[in-house]
Amino acid sequence: MSAAAGQLRRGRPRGLWTGRIFLGFLIVSLSIGFLTLGALLVQVFVEGYKWVDPVLFFEPPSADPLIAGARPAILATIYLGILLILFSVPLGVGTAIYLEEYADRDRWYNRMLEINIQNLAAVPSIVYGILGLAFLVRGIGLGRVLLAGALILTLLVLPTVIIAAREAIRAVPDSIRQGAYALGATKWQVVWRQVLPASIPGIATGSILALSRGLGETAPLLLVGALTYVSFNPTVLGDFTALPVQIYQWIARPQEEFRTLAAAGILVLLAILLTLNAFAIWLRNRYERRW
Amino acid sequence: MATRVEAQQQPLRLRATRRRWGEDVVKVVLALCAFVSVATTVGIVVALFAPAFEFFGEISIVDFLTGRNWAPLFEPPSFGVLPLIAGTLLVTACAALVCIPFGLGSAIYLSEYAQPRTRKFLKPALEVLAGIPTVVYGYFALTFVTPLLQDLGLGVGVFSALAAGLVMGVMLLPTVASISEDSMSAVPRDLRDGAYALGSTRLHVSTLIVVPAAISGIIASFVLAISRAVGETMIVLIAAGGQPNWTWNPFEAVQTMTAFVAATGQGDVPTGSLEYKTIFAVGATLFVMTFFMNVIAIRLVRRFREVYE
Amino acid sequence: MVTTPLSVKMADVSVNLAEQVRELPPREAREVVFDVEDLTVSYGSNKALQDVSLEIYKNFVTAFIGPSGCGKSTFIRCFDRMNDLIPNAVVEGRILYHGVDLYGPDVDPVEVRKRIGMVFQKPNPFPKSIYDNVAFGPRVLGMDDHLDERVEKALQQAALWDEVKDRLKDGALGLSGGQQQRLCIARCLAVEPEVILMDEPASALDPIATTRIEDLMHELKREYTIVVVTHNMQQAARVADMTAFFSVTRGEEGQRTGILVEYDATSKIFTQPSDKRTEDYVTGRFG
Repeated sequence: MSAAAGQLRRGRPRGLWTGRIFLGFLIVSLSIGFLTLGALLVQVFVEGYKWVDPVLFFEPPSADPLIAGARPAILATIYLGILLILFSVPLGVGTAIYLEEYADRDRWYNRMLEINIQNLAAVPSIVYGILGLAFLVRGIGLGRVLLAGALILTLLVLPTVIIAAREAIRAVPDSIRQGAYALGATKWQVVWRQVLPASIPGIATGSILALSRGLGETAPLLLVGALTYVSFNPTVLGDFTALPVQIYQWIARPQEEFRTLAAAGILVLLAILLTLNAFAIWLRNRYERRW
Repeated sequence: MATRVEAQQQPLRLRATRRRWGEDVVKVVLALCAFVSVATTVGIVVALFAPAFEFFGEISIVDFLTGRNWAPLFEPPSFGVLPLIAGTLLVTACAALVCIPFGLGSAIYLSEYAQPRTRKFLKPALEVLAGIPTVVYGYFALTFVTPLLQDLGLGVGVFSALAAGLVMGVMLLPTVASISEDSMSAVPRDLRDGAYALGSTRLHVSTLIVVPAAISGIIASFVLAISRAVGETMIVLIAAGGQPNWTWNPFEAVQTMTAFVAATGQGDVPTGSLEYKTIFAVGATLFVMTFFMNVIAIRLVRRFREVYE
Repeated sequence: MVTTPLSVKMADVSVNLAEQVRELPPREAREVVFDVEDLTVSYGSNKALQDVSLEIYKNFVTAFIGPSGCGKSTFIRCFDRMNDLIPNAVVEGRILYHGVDLYGPDVDPVEVRKRIGMVFQKPNPFPKSIYDNVAFGPRVLGMDDHLDERVEKALQQAALWDEVKDRLKDGALGLSGGQQQRLCIARCLAVEPEVILMDEPASALDPIATTRIEDLMHELKREYTIVVVTHNMQQAARVADMTAFFSVTRGEEGQRTGILVEYDATSKIFTQPSDKRTEDYVTGRFG
């Protein structure tokens, strides 16, 4: 009896130390990410907060760091954002409706379409820049204008919008569609009057997250002609820059002050993106339907 | 009631009262929207490969792929792309050193060790890392990591593959962690319970049961992260260097394929010149590399989903 | 012919029948709404329903009963072309609606569904207000004159008006299960159909709500023709004038196909069924 009881009593389990070391490794893994995030935010904040002032927002860039600002860049980023939403949401939602409600899944071309979208989501962003350079800037001669940047960013974020919209549409229960069809509604009436209204929260959240991704992109804009020194306010068909590009330009300058100016610009950019993401999450929590 | 009876007595027509043109128009418009994505792919292929073919009409593709000297602006110019590929792979290797083990480690913790409440909070927090713009990471690499490495006495200059690679690795950590964690969470409870019932420790269960069961999703996350590392531009543009360098030493400065394309594409290179076409030749090489990796990753995720969903 | 007095075995069924002795009009006096001829429905290579033929009469309540998997839901969905929504469904045979084949080449499903409405097993109100739920049908069908009156009339016919008249703008999802189902019935009535199809309308509801739905069926049959699928035999005995009993046959490879076994006046089906399978089912020997 006592031998059996002895076997059940808690002794030193084998492999206790291996288990502990392993857990240590796991915790280190997680910490690396968060510590880096912390270091990054601290670095940016400490370097840049003194330079976040009205000059940053209202003055154009200059060779003199003391009077340089990011006004044209900030405005351009805002314009890009508006155009991005205007272009990508209708196209993305239209594609999602087509794939979810109209397309016959057995047809090869519809399956190709789905695979194509998944691939496009993984293409490096600079390739979109090359696309823009070849077709928009040089090809049809649109030139290095804001519109070209907006179009290229639209194509870049489109797969994300499509995927998010599809999820939202798919989440609408089929019983709603059946009920609407049974009353004599046509397919478009069912989509426009029942499915879309029910999926708007999901679509809005996904679009805003996609927008936030697009506004942080730099590489495609570099190729499509975001200039490095723009002192006037941007127009849709004119030369332009954008906040991430402006930040890059300041980083590339040798003077120390421009580095800190870059940090200030980063703070502004992060603030914009944080606001957008927080808004998207608020939207989702407030309006998401639990079916 | 009387009116209903009368209406019934009219001859019954079940044909549509008028042809529903609207429905057909809608379907066409929506299909056109979907077509945009097809057009994008076609555009990318044409934009990359048409000038690339022209380029390879003048420069032998063998010289391109095996030459160790990339100097398109010299007299005489040489077009060996290996330094750029080496630069890309070097930075990617540094990134993989960070994101693969620590991404997987984070995923194992989140999936097997963390309380549900902690996971609910940690997982989105990790996503924040993924949402930071790459130009910000580039800034961090240049102004924090590089001096740090210098202080550690590693002999790095202002630019190095290591600084860029390490930061890129942290940026990609959420990619590996998120997809791996999804895969591991999808492994059914019964598999774990069976092993626990036999007296296994958590270490055994996670590494010997769960990870192998989720392996295709995990490998997919690795491949996807590497693909993103290969295609990433801003971090390397800012922190890795601007001169092609045929080396395997991570402490040296290198130029990656993406950095080259970005640097050359910004400038006012005359359209149609050989130098202009180098953008597309290198871009096409880059695209082919990432395309294959993406196809593999997507296939793996598909196969994984079939098994468990 | 089976002559065993089933009334002894099915005590409550016979009580129901005794309470409501229904004198059905003779066959010549009945108006045929649907004439089903050799209907066969397959999903891909699975035959769900085989060679069904029967007639549905105007202002009758007709019930389809049978064990699960016998194709009753598949069958009822043929009457309003709802099987069209299933990609690999194939319908062979004919359903004549007042002499017109519902599956004819020119026939528009929208027109069919205008006249033949459906209520589903699980109440499926739209995530909109009570008013907008009932008004949806008239709006999409272009019947949006006097919308308020149409909505009120439909809700009254569905015995829901008094409960919701002060909160028409409230969300429909806030109603109880029984109320939601009556809302779905009102929604269906608002487009002024001739026929109402009900696929197990009360199976998701509590007994009190179920009774209200059954009372509603009695009311509505004065103006409409009702076809109801139910797995509850007592319900069929309570509400239906005619009852069709379906069962399952097995093919060589074990596939299950639904067939119509017997179709007759409800009182006959439950007290003197002609087919042994029917007798087995209604006495509870199986299914």
